[in-house]
Amino acid sequence: MKLLTHNMLTSHVKGITKGYPLLIKATEVKVNEVAFNPQFVSRMIPKLEWHALVQAADELGHRQDLPGDLVPNYEENEEFLKKVHRVLLEVEVIEGCLQCPESGREFPISRGIPNMLLNEDEV
Amino acid sequence: MAIIAGRPCLQYLLHLAHGSLDFRLPEIKALLAIRGKPFNPGDNFKEKSPFWCLNDVSEEDICRIMERSVCAKSAFELWGYGKTHSELKTSLLRYPSENMAPFMHKDSTYKINVYTFNKTLKIAERIKRIDALEYLPFEGVVNLNSPQHVFSLIEDYGTNPNNIPEHPDNIYFGRWIADGQRELIRSHSVKNRHFIGNTSMEAGLSFIMANHAKVEEHDLVFDPFVGTGSLLVACSHFGAYVCGSDIDYNTIHGKGRSSRKNQKWRGPDENIRANLRQYGTESLYVDVMVSDASKPVWREAALFDAIITDPPYGIRESTRRTGSHKDGKPPDGIYAESHVPVSQSYHLSDIFNDLLNFSAHHLVLGGRLVYWLPVYRPEYCEEMIPLHPCLQLISNCEQTLSSHTSRRLITMEKIKEPEELDSLVHLSDPRFSPYQGHNAFREKYFSGVNKRSGKEDNKAVNGE
Repeated sequence: MKLLTHNMLTSHVKGITKGYPLLIKATEVKVNEVAFNPQFVSRMIPKLEWHALVQAADELGHRQDLPGDLVPNYEENEEFLKKVHRVLLEVEVIEGCLQCPESGREFPISRGIPNMLLNEDEV
Repeated sequence: MAIIAGRPCLQYLLHLAHGSLDFRLPEIKALLAIRGKPFNPGDNFKEKSPFWCLNDVSEEDICRIMERSVCAKSAFELWGYGKTHSELKTSLLRYPSENMAPFMHKDSTYKINVYTFNKTLKIAERIKRIDALEYLPFEGVVNLNSPQHVFSLIEDYGTNPNNIPEHPDNIYFGRWIADGQRELIRSHSVKNRHFIGNTSMEAGLSFIMANHAKVEEHDLVFDPFVGTGSLLVACSHFGAYVCGSDIDYNTIHGKGRSSRKNQKWRGPDENIRANLRQYGTESLYVDVMVSDASKPVWREAALFDAIITDPPYGIRESTRRTGSHKDGKPPDGIYAESHVPVSQSYHLSDIFNDLLNFSAHHLVLGGRLVYWLPVYRPEYCEEMIPLHPCLQLISNCEQTLSSHTSRRLITMEKIKEPEELDSLVHLSDPRFSPYQGHNAFREKYFSGVNKRSGKEDNKAVNGE
């Protein structure tokens, strides 16, 4: 699971009001090289919850020097876009889980794939 | 071309493949819309004809369209048109010589093809027609192997193979610009794909769907019923980043029984990511997840540029969602991770209303939803197409599956952001009731099928 996806997922456990962002508990993380595409990163940035991204990167120990706040004029800033690209698309959680911040319910991640299904009695 | 008095710009001729007729116009319109251009056909435009004239487009527009279109075979800069060869000659002699000159000068090489639609000509007859064009001011040298410029004389003998006229209905002459992407149908054939399922979308249609959705490079595309990822393969081919989800754990993880005749179980390299790797687009793979499309797992924001999907019809894959049995209680013990806690039947009308609602909330403004709607033909009416106040219906193309069933490719575009009550609108919408009939799609589908054996009946009853 990439951090781009994590940034967009939320817990949907019945009755909770604050299901975002999900906490990440990773037991295996991989970093792959993925072709850098500045236009894609630029277009994604406005759709992201920036602080949730930084927090997630921190949780995984892969934040490096990603700034805590968005830099202005990031569209022109290739160095900054490369940092965002690495965190969004190159860091992958292979094994672990996503945890609902309110209920504690864990959604497992295995072979890089999150399982967001709730059980019959939770729905 | 100057057949229409006072029109200064060039006209282009598209030669379209003579299949998937319904799907062609929405595809060309969508590809023109990506270029910001309207669809302005020539006079006497006939949608069913394989030849369309386009006005108000540039050569650059045509090249970009042909880099995407699966419906268009070739495109030409139209120099002349007539209903007879004499009319064609008049038309060609009126074409501005300054437009011809760059392609006719003495240092250039060229070739003239003769193409006849719905008729076969002998070689001698083709040569006669080429010779009859000697009034054109070609100064270059003929090169049949690798000419710089290729020209086509096209004769259209109509679309009725049982009634071929002696003389063509329409004759065109043009300079060849580009071919379309029909080769993708072969190169991306599901037959050669690493990972397939029972209902993997055939290559041609998957690319047409990506075109109907106006998928562009650097887009983010989502498929909520992703299955084996055929639609993601097509979208990533056009440069979009792709993600998907499916309620079926085994399909997402690439496990379980193979859909191939000579193979029992799926191999280790059979999953969606491997499919993208096969075609060189793995860098555009974002994620897939096991998830119930009817549940709100995505943050409330306009995340996706397009949503492209083929929801289950309840025939070869079951329609499911998570939920409790009315009568049973959940089993004791620890759930194996692959346990899919499904049981509630997911009524088809709910699938589509959920899908439209999801799209209204998660598409960017101007983004498109493209999906297949199964239809029981004897009862079909246009009012059955699900609607949503935030989505505008763009096109509705039928593909017949059998005498009593078909599926319709529906394209919708998000035109406004949702407000509080929009998600409940469908309950008061009269269209909600007619579509309820689709919940019985399974029964209607099987009612026309001869009962082959008891086993088949049992499968139907057990919700497969």
